[in-house]
Amino acid sequence: MYELNAVTKTYNATKRKVTALNAVSLSIPDGQMVAIQGPTGGGKSTLLQMLGALDRPTSGEVTLGDSSISSLADNRLAELRARKIGFVFQSFNLIPTLTAQENVETALAPLGLKADERRRRAQDALASVGLADRGTHLPAELSGGQQQRVAIARALVKDPEVLLADEPTGALDEATRDEIMDLLETFWRDKGLTLIIVTHDSAVARRAERRLYIKAGAVSEGALVS
Amino acid sequence: MFGTYLRRELFNRRKQTIIISIGMALAIALVIVVNSVSAGVQSAQAAVLQSVYGVGTDISISEAAAAPTAGATPGQFAFGSGSGAASGGTTTLNQSRLETSRTVTAFDATQLDTVTATSGVSAATGTLALTNSTFSGQLPTQSGGTAGGTGGAPGSDTSQTPPTGGADGAGGSSFDVNSFTVLGLDPASVSVGPLSAVTLSDGRSLTATDAGTNVAVLDSSYATSASLATGGTIDIGGTTFTIVGLVASSGADSTTASNVYIPLDVAQTLSGNAGKLTNIFVTAASASDVDSLAATLKTALPTATVSTEADLASSVSGSLSTASSLVSNLGTWLSLIVLAAAFLIAVLFTISGVTRRTREFGTLKAIGWSNRRIVGQVAGESVIQGLIGGVIGIVVGLVGVLIVNLVAPTLSGSATSAAATGAGAGPGGGRGFGAAASAAVETTVTLQAPVTLAVIGLAVLLAVLGGLIAGSIGGWRASRLRPAEALRSVA
Ligand SMILES: Nc1ncnc2c1ncn2[C@@H]1O[C@H](COP(=O)(O)OP(=O)(O)OP(=O)(O)O)[C@@H](O)[C@H]1O
Ligand SMILES: [Mg+2]
Repeated sequence: MYELNAVTKTYNATKRKVTALNAVSLSIPDGQMVAIQGPTGGGKSTLLQMLGALDRPTSGEVTLGDSSISSLADNRLAELRARKIGFVFQSFNLIPTLTAQENVETALAPLGLKADERRRRAQDALASVGLADRGTHLPAELSGGQQQRVAIARALVKDPEVLLADEPTGALDEATRDEIMDLLETFWRDKGLTLIIVTHDSAVARRAERRLYIKAGAVSEGALVS
Repeated sequence: MFGTYLRRELFNRRKQTIIISIGMALAIALVIVVNSVSAGVQSAQAAVLQSVYGVGTDISISEAAAAPTAGATPGQFAFGSGSGAASGGTTTLNQSRLETSRTVTAFDATQLDTVTATSGVSAATGTLALTNSTFSGQLPTQSGGTAGGTGGAPGSDTSQTPPTGGADGAGGSSFDVNSFTVLGLDPASVSVGPLSAVTLSDGRSLTATDAGTNVAVLDSSYATSASLATGGTIDIGGTTFTIVGLVASSGADSTTASNVYIPLDVAQTLSGNAGKLTNIFVTAASASDVDSLAATLKTALPTATVSTEADLASSVSGSLSTASSLVSNLGTWLSLIVLAAAFLIAVLFTISGVTRRTREFGTLKAIGWSNRRIVGQVAGESVIQGLIGGVIGIVVGLVGVLIVNLVAPTLSGSATSAAATGAGAGPGGGRGFGAAASAAVETTVTLQAPVTLAVIGLAVLLAVLGGLIAGSIGGWRASRLRPAEALRSVA
């Protein structure tokens, strides 16, 4: 359960102050699938940063369950991200020098698991995205869709409460986009995740239960689809 | 994870690893070569000094001569009427003098007791450095039946034949002047001082029981040039000595501190220097206390010149001293500059690597990596790059040292002989034969650069240090990256 209470985020750009989020109040119950849409520069990524505990708001409160993201110290935020939050990025963000298997394992490194336990869970996660036979491949040896699958495996291997995705299909063709969305939706259903996807693509947004629009830092609710 | 990630980064970003490592390797190889050559030059200097001052001499004490006083005419031969044996119209003269070089002053032997009693002195021995000059020749008897005059001839050669005949009335005369250095030393304590550094090449060395007896040990190269051998005799100050042994310098192609060595008490008596010494050789109890001990001795012996080994080393001249200053100046600076450059390269490449991997580190932070883990990763990469450079550098450095040792350049150096310490300030030749004693001992040594474990340790330390510096700067940069960088779209 996310609770946002009058969350404001301002950036000090070179010349003027940018208000990326303006007094946003919002709650997202556990297990909901939310699509966030809006024009470029509207504040979508900034909102995702608040939800993902990547940054603290300038003012206001953000809580996930009983953790107050807006008041935790950096290392406590890192711990929270390591345990509860999975990320999927538009450009996959795999570590280029690590194999698919090792990339998935990076998500387990902060959890202090034994090496063989880590290896086994990463293998299972890769198998669950259909890449059981690609564990030893480097990212450069995989297609975009395959790289995003590896990234999804990396996000989910730790069994997070929340999966946050910033334009997860933005770099993929339509067929691949649908595959990835099918995969995400399956996990969302099977694991009872809270799934929050930032997207420009209404075909993607249409799949979500709830759609939020952000424009100039202000959030408005779209149609609730069930 | 740490190890896997480290390995993959180093291997898959080979270019960066290679550049940083090569820079480090060059610097470390240079440090090793400079260090080893410098140690080699130092031991070469020590070898030159040892041939003069002996092994383990930390401090040497002497007293410079006061300005010659009018009336005193040492070094002159005086032949009165009746001197020599006349036969067949010529008088054969033969006179031998044994005295201290006019450039040094013999001081009271009680100073040795003062030195020995000083705390911090482990051993001390006193020597008496003398010059034996022999005048022998024939003069025609027709000019009054006597020949007077001083035997002093200009120049400082050890042997010379003045012109025969001339306007001085000595026409038809033929004489020969010969001088060699004699060192009187305590036969009971030859382990300190000049005889400690020599090797016995024939017969025996002086022993405690030789005190009071007329026995001599000769420098082997002097013996060869003077056609003398063990078992033979040598005339010193008009007394016949039995030659019991020959000694040679441990270093090749060099002579020892003196031509002839005799027991100290005999030397004192023969030269009229009873109870006197010209030099004291001191071994300090602790090498680190040499300077303070020298200062103490200076206070205790106000009229003496107290020289430490470092002072003596500066008296070494020749190509050895050129090499020494080359290594200590150019070599040290060069290795410092290259080391600084290598560190700078490592730092700059690490910073640029971290900047290039902004999104990578942002992503790792976004998925929950702590700052500590990321700093550790960056620092680990740098330290390993430094260590790889260190290992390559050690190998290259050892090859460099091997080449130096195979080429084995010879260096020559000379240090002023102990028999005439302070002679540089003396008036030189011109009035007598004493100048011969101030001849510097020329020593040729082959440069051997040793590699010590300490140098290898220093190399490893520098490699780790370079890696740590680059790693902590890079790690600091990485720790300041915001996890939100992960969301930044691709450049
Ligand atoms: N680190 C930052 N420093 C300064 N300004 C920033 C920073 N991050 C975002 N902004 C500004 O905040 C506003 C919202 O940015 P945000 O990235 O949230 O937009 P967005 O909706 O994700 O846009 P896009 O669809 O292009 O990704 C923009 O005006 C942007 O310029
Ligand atoms: Mg965005």
